[in-house]
Amino acid sequence: MKEIHDFTVLERHRLGESYFSLVLGHGAEMQSVAPGQFVEVMVEGEPKVMLRRPISVHDVNSERGTLTLLVQIVGNGTRRLSQLVEGDRLNIVYPLGHGFTTDLPTGSRAVLVGGGAGTAPLFHLGKVLCSKGVDCTVILGGRTESLIPVSDAFAAFGRLCIATDDGSRGHHGLVTQHPAFAEAYDMVYTCGPTPMMKAVARSAAERGIRCEVSLENMMACGVGACLCCVTDTDQGHRCVCKDGPVFDISTMKKWYQC
Amino acid sequence: MLNVNIHNLKLKNPVMTASGTFGYGEEFADFIDLNRLGGFVVKGTTGSHREGNPYPRMVETPSGMLNSVGLQNGGVEKFCSEVYHRIKDLDTNIIVNVSGSSIEEYCSVAEQIDALERVPAIELNISCPNVKCGGMGFGTDPKMAAQVVEAVRKVYHKTLIVKLSPNVTSIVDIAKAVEGAGADSVSLINTLLGMAIDIEHRRPFMANITGGLSGPAVKPVAVRMVWQVAHAVKVPVVGLGGICTAEDAVEFLMAGATAIEVGTANFIDPAITVKIIDGMEQWCKNHGINDINDIIGIV
Repeated sequence: MKEIHDFTVLERHRLGESYFSLVLGHGAEMQSVAPGQFVEVMVEGEPKVMLRRPISVHDVNSERGTLTLLVQIVGNGTRRLSQLVEGDRLNIVYPLGHGFTTDLPTGSRAVLVGGGAGTAPLFHLGKVLCSKGVDCTVILGGRTESLIPVSDAFAAFGRLCIATDDGSRGHHGLVTQHPAFAEAYDMVYTCGPTPMMKAVARSAAERGIRCEVSLENMMACGVGACLCCVTDTDQGHRCVCKDGPVFDISTMKKWYQC
Repeated sequence: MLNVNIHNLKLKNPVMTASGTFGYGEEFADFIDLNRLGGFVVKGTTGSHREGNPYPRMVETPSGMLNSVGLQNGGVEKFCSEVYHRIKDLDTNIIVNVSGSSIEEYCSVAEQIDALERVPAIELNISCPNVKCGGMGFGTDPKMAAQVVEAVRKVYHKTLIVKLSPNVTSIVDIAKAVEGAGADSVSLINTLLGMAIDIEHRRPFMANITGGLSGPAVKPVAVRMVWQVAHAVKVPVVGLGGICTAEDAVEFLMAGATAIEVGTANFIDPAITVKIIDGMEQWCKNHGINDINDIIGIV
């Protein structure tokens, strides 16, 4: 069930120039949040921001009752959020949207392909898949090393591979050019810049591998009411907030082929 | 204390939701008890399925937002055969926003909605700024507005609310025209036509270039128009445009609205409607008002 709740900022970490993370405490019984689901955050104290900001969930600790958000500073809203301090309240509508499929058979091979801020939801996904005995490979990419917000922590879930456009770390090139990407998998998950996700989806489709993509569009309501955040799918316009953000590419040919 | 009537429509309080901002109500069922609403207006329904406009469809602007959704909906048959059955047992007024691109389409949709027992009213949308054919075209000319209302009046027998566009020289002339053509009520304002440019990419933010402005930014315009129209027509007025608080709602009532609709504020706080209802009740108590009707149109 979705709820509106005031979380408390327990921790804030700067992650390089353009990223930060917030660990948020619920204080009571938190709703369960599936990997790939997102939250809508109220931004207070910034006159230019009226609408909530959709932010993916980076990590969940249900025993401790915490959510971790990993945020890239891109505008007035996210800049204001980066100024929050421990003890501040943050009003959140959650959990929203349709997350990743995680019921893979034990021993399945999955590859998680993330770019830039798109690595955020893959962390929670990797944690859950790992706990289910899925053999995970994580390939993270960015223009340069500092634009990959977290990386080493992913090693806990399986093999970690890095690709950077400038060669500052790992493979010099795109995530889809990393040798590990060409291996055989049962499932491909991806989140990141649209051109990257389309390239990943096309490759998965060619190889006949099931693939899920996590999209990000401009949103208002976050619950499927305003129809502002639609994406093209093979069934017509669908809301990224309600029908996604995670879509199986079997319904997205129109999207990834263009 | 908060009961009001719009023609034959009895509302337990003046708070409804604006079309296109509240889906079919179900999207908000986790956050509020829908039965507490005076009513809710479901999204614009057309004769057949519409895919709407291409993405991007919205951009945030100072104290508001522009949208250009373009009446995406599953069509009237799908509403009647599927959606209606999921929501019909709610203890509130379900009002269907009826849209079209021809008089025939408006009439056909209205006729099909007329047959739904649990829908006591329609809101005729002659003011959508985001569709090429029809929509606002009907709502910006008094003669055309009267023509479409007259035609729908012949086939629709329950409470007929007509939603007016603010994108006109004189909203009073349109309101009088639709009242003369048989409207039981008018609701105003629909969004104000606007535009925003992404200066870094040197192009409009929205695929449709222009869009409808809503949110607190439009509220003073809406209050002014409600006040003007309420003084010019005898039918009850439903006011909307940027309402976010109980005080905003009271302001619209004082301007002459009998009921109000909450729109963009639903995106900011999905539970805002019940807060406004509770706030209005508290406001009445604080001001010694036993019947909300006593403040309607006092300005």
